[in-house]
Amino acid sequence: MDGIAGKKSGLVWAVHLSTIALVLLWVVPTFGLLVSSFRTGDQIVGSGWWQSLSTQVQQLAAVRIEGDEVERDGVFVIEGQLYAAGTDVSAWGTSSREPEAYEPGAVADLGDGVTLTVGADGGFVLSSPSTMADLRMPRVFATASTPPEFTTGNYSNVIASPLAGQSIGQAFLNTMTVAIPATIIPILVAAFAAYALAWMDFPGRALLVAFVVGLLVVPLQLALIPLLQFHNWIGIGKGYLGIWMAHTGFGLPLAIYLLRNYMVGLPRDIIENAKVDGATDFQIFTKIILPLSFPALASFAIFQFLWTWNDLLVALVFLGTGNDQQVLTGNIVNLMGSRGGDWEILSASAFVSIAVPLAVFFSMQRFLVRGLLAGSVK
Amino acid sequence: MHPALQALFVIVIGVGGCVFYFYASNIFLDKVLYPARGPNAGRNTNRANMIRPWLFLFPALALLCLYLAYPVFATAWLSVFNRDGAFVGLGNYSAMFAEPKFVESLQNNILWLIVVPAAATAFGLLAAQLTDRIKWGNFAKSLIFMPMAISFVGASVIFKLIYDSRDANLSQIGLINAVWLKFDGGVGSFLMLRLVPFVLIGCLFLAILWAGWSVLRPLVQGQGGSILVTLARLLGAAVALFLGYELAIWLYGIATNELPYGTPQVWLQKPYWNNFFLMAVLVWIQTGFAMVILSAALRGVPEDTIEAATIDGANPFQIFFKIKVPQIMGTIVVVWTTITITVLKVFDIVLAMTNGQWETQVLANYMYDKLFRSLDWGMGSASAMIIMLLVTPILIWNVINARKEMR
Repeated sequence: MDGIAGKKSGLVWAVHLSTIALVLLWVVPTFGLLVSSFRTGDQIVGSGWWQSLSTQVQQLAAVRIEGDEVERDGVFVIEGQLYAAGTDVSAWGTSSREPEAYEPGAVADLGDGVTLTVGADGGFVLSSPSTMADLRMPRVFATASTPPEFTTGNYSNVIASPLAGQSIGQAFLNTMTVAIPATIIPILVAAFAAYALAWMDFPGRALLVAFVVGLLVVPLQLALIPLLQFHNWIGIGKGYLGIWMAHTGFGLPLAIYLLRNYMVGLPRDIIENAKVDGATDFQIFTKIILPLSFPALASFAIFQFLWTWNDLLVALVFLGTGNDQQVLTGNIVNLMGSRGGDWEILSASAFVSIAVPLAVFFSMQRFLVRGLLAGSVK
Repeated sequence: MHPALQALFVIVIGVGGCVFYFYASNIFLDKVLYPARGPNAGRNTNRANMIRPWLFLFPALALLCLYLAYPVFATAWLSVFNRDGAFVGLGNYSAMFAEPKFVESLQNNILWLIVVPAAATAFGLLAAQLTDRIKWGNFAKSLIFMPMAISFVGASVIFKLIYDSRDANLSQIGLINAVWLKFDGGVGSFLMLRLVPFVLIGCLFLAILWAGWSVLRPLVQGQGGSILVTLARLLGAAVALFLGYELAIWLYGIATNELPYGTPQVWLQKPYWNNFFLMAVLVWIQTGFAMVILSAALRGVPEDTIEAATIDGANPFQIFFKIKVPQIMGTIVVVWTTITITVLKVFDIVLAMTNGQWETQVLANYMYDKLFRSLDWGMGSASAMIIMLLVTPILIWNVINARKEMR
């Protein structure tokens, strides 16, 4: 018996460890971007985000000395600070071939009596026996350690300033403008239809359900051109009205399917009793079905909200590209094109767009799971 | 008008309009058209009840037909005209198949269709089984499920940072390159980059060959069913053979390739392999979905079948593969097909990460290119029809199943 018990606990350990590994694998990517979004641009390119808590020793970009010269005891001197406070220079040089030629505080002879000293704190003294007005200023290469630095400046930067057409803050508002009506309107339309398909008897009902199930998988790629033509033809063109209608249309099959499946499961007695008591279908729907279906309504609302918030394709096609129309996803794709290497901008922008769906996700996960379980065609 | 105000206005108008429509049309039906009183009360009630379902259905049906059903036919219609509006029959299709970029996207899409659903379902099943019986299982689940809420574009940014590559003399900020540079060709590298992958891929290779054989075996033993079943079996065996061939090439590569140790790699620009780096994003997103559904299915497996197996001395692996998995096969198929459909529509990830360069084009992005960059609506519609064609088997399968359930 001991052997079996031992094997069991070994297996339990293996399960715990594999779960931890799997969870880490799934969380680390997002976490990396989150950490990056709080680091300064210099820090992000200086070291990986996993080293963000340690002091970095790195080769700093070359800096050309500049400043106004002062005559002191017959010697012309330029003094100043090369790097931000907190930088700790460990070695420096004046040519790219020998970037670590001098210790901090050492004196470099640049010829013609010109000398340069760079201190550990990044302060420099350039002195010369004659005026340096015509002198080509030397460049300083330094290896320095910089302390970890975190900032919320990336967020205020992307939210306020227009980096790719419009600011992320504006794009955020645009996305809200798209997502909220596109979530609410299909619910109502679908709820009535779902009730009819679940509880009313009429010829062709089974056929209609099959029709809805079929439409569930129709790729919306097919709808782009015909609908754009249609929108142009009825005169609404590219704009919010068009995208609200498009999202409503594309969301309806899932809405009707989810709600119908849920409503069919409601107890028959309640509905029949209400009918016997003389309630009309409209009353049954508004007073009984709708309140009872709240969980299903909530599930669909979350789906549709996440889908419309995260959508790129429909927004690209049915919305214009003006500042008052471009959505978050579109803005970020533009940023990836134009500012692809500026991770402090990209990471903060991405997190602004991810924040709302994540909040919805974590607060309403229960409904989301329920909806998923009901929505996958069985 | 400010768009936000407009949105508020539309919500009020939309919701109010819907409520008004449903309310007013019902009142009209009951009070004006077929009032339930007078000499024809009974007949009127019946008539009203025949019409009422259509009142409830009308807005939804109209939108469905206009926004989903009609476009299928309109796109089919557009796909037989060229750029200038002249009828070309199947000309767009043949032009498309002659285009290397299209063939590339079709090949890539097939690769996506095989890898992503398989990987996401497998990881989902693993996660579901692992988290099933441990205390912090729900917490682990919600973390693995989290990427579902993240947009494809957001996920692309996340993974672009992971795949980031910089010159060899700079410090790497992409996780993959940082890990890659730790390998130096020594024993550790041999273990992690040759032996372990070789064993894993080797197991997969054997499993696929075994699956192909078990599909084919009834035919070889002469127990053929109908022609349809025979064809399906042959097709399954052919797919398995193709996958086996592909994996054999991998195995050979793992064993013999010279790896460029010590130099950072630009992962997204390595043809063929970059497809897998893009797929990883979708697998990362879809695994949570697979996990949630499969974990519910695993909970539904009757406890007594597991107990019986335990008493008979089955080990945990046998219980999982021989008792649990066969019982949730239906759900696995559902998950698989659902992810397949998502894969066919994948567009954002490719657009945001490579935009189809370096041989990563897929159908949906190819179509977008044709429609909105080349402004060739005929070709674009034709490629959209190819996507539709690929979805159709699943569509029919779903409809048949739904009809079965209705009865």
